[in-house]
Amino acid sequence: MRTLLIIPAFNEAGAITSVITSVRAVFTGDVLVIDDGSEDDTGALARAAGAMVVRHACNLGIGAAVQTGFIYGMTKGYDYVVRQDGDGQHDAAQIPRLLAVLEAGSADIVIGSRFLAREGYQSTLVRRIGIFILGIVSSLVGARVTDPTSGNWAVNRRALQVLAKQHPDDYPETEALVMASRAGCRVAEVPVVMYARIAGQSSISTLYSGFYMFKVVLALLVGRLRPR
Amino acid sequence: MHTLDFLAITASLMIVLFVIEAIRRSNLNVRYAILWLGAGGALLVFSAYRPLLDWAARLLGVAYPPSLLFGLAFLFALVILLHYSLVISSHRDSIRRLAQTVALLERALEEQREREA
Repeated sequence: MRTLLIIPAFNEAGAITSVITSVRAVFTGDVLVIDDGSEDDTGALARAAGAMVVRHACNLGIGAAVQTGFIYGMTKGYDYVVRQDGDGQHDAAQIPRLLAVLEAGSADIVIGSRFLAREGYQSTLVRRIGIFILGIVSSLVGARVTDPTSGNWAVNRRALQVLAKQHPDDYPETEALVMASRAGCRVAEVPVVMYARIAGQSSISTLYSGFYMFKVVLALLVGRLRPR
Repeated sequence: MHTLDFLAITASLMIVLFVIEAIRRSNLNVRYAILWLGAGGALLVFSAYRPLLDWAARLLGVAYPPSLLFGLAFLFALVILLHYSLVISSHRDSIRRLAQTVALLERALEEQREREA
């Protein structure tokens, strides 16, 4: 079974080297960094640290970066694709936990949730409120998840087919989840520990959390109206 | 004829002429020109022939005829802005797909070079 780890990164020069180094210490599969048009040395540093790199000519946003990774995994015939963030929030040591669920065949998408077991980095208050609300929304939509904004995913080829073809923009996790489950993918969660980012800025500021919530809720409601 | 009427006619005539000239120089895609030509033409007709505006205002129950003109102009502005949002969204999708394709092609090229080396 071939596994690809994809890491979308935008201006993560301060964190990307240590992220890849720690990944390669515990993960033996291929590592692909999607440099989403960074203005710093993110791409070069990632390559120097031993990852494969694809580079967007301009910044397209996290959704497009993740999709590029999924398209790569799809066309190169990987069995599983795991997604981690480029800021050091996710722990590569927990990849086997995610993959175990896929290998058991009980789900097509596995999400590493920081809320199933309450350890490690639990995010800021504002974001936690947002995550709580989104939890309600996503349960309304039919996918039972505690951490719909988690970027720590593992998917098999069935989910890959859906996500490589179509992937939402901006803050894509919740939408992608609902979209994929509507397309028939089974979703499961496993508890993971997350850390506060090593360096750099989150793409979601406190001010933006409000826009984030509104955008995602709107997208979910409109998404229900879209033809399957 | 009031000075205002003269001004309105001149302004709408200039819009129409400008749009036609822009199409002729192929600065403006005919697809987008239709909306502008329609709006410019309507403005021209209404300002050149005042009784038509009065008649239309009476028909729609608009007490002050010139406000019908403002209403129409505002509606047109809304329609064209919405139209631009649609165009921008579809361009955004195209740019995204293009940039992704280029990125993956670059990677494929790199892989081929690595194999040959």
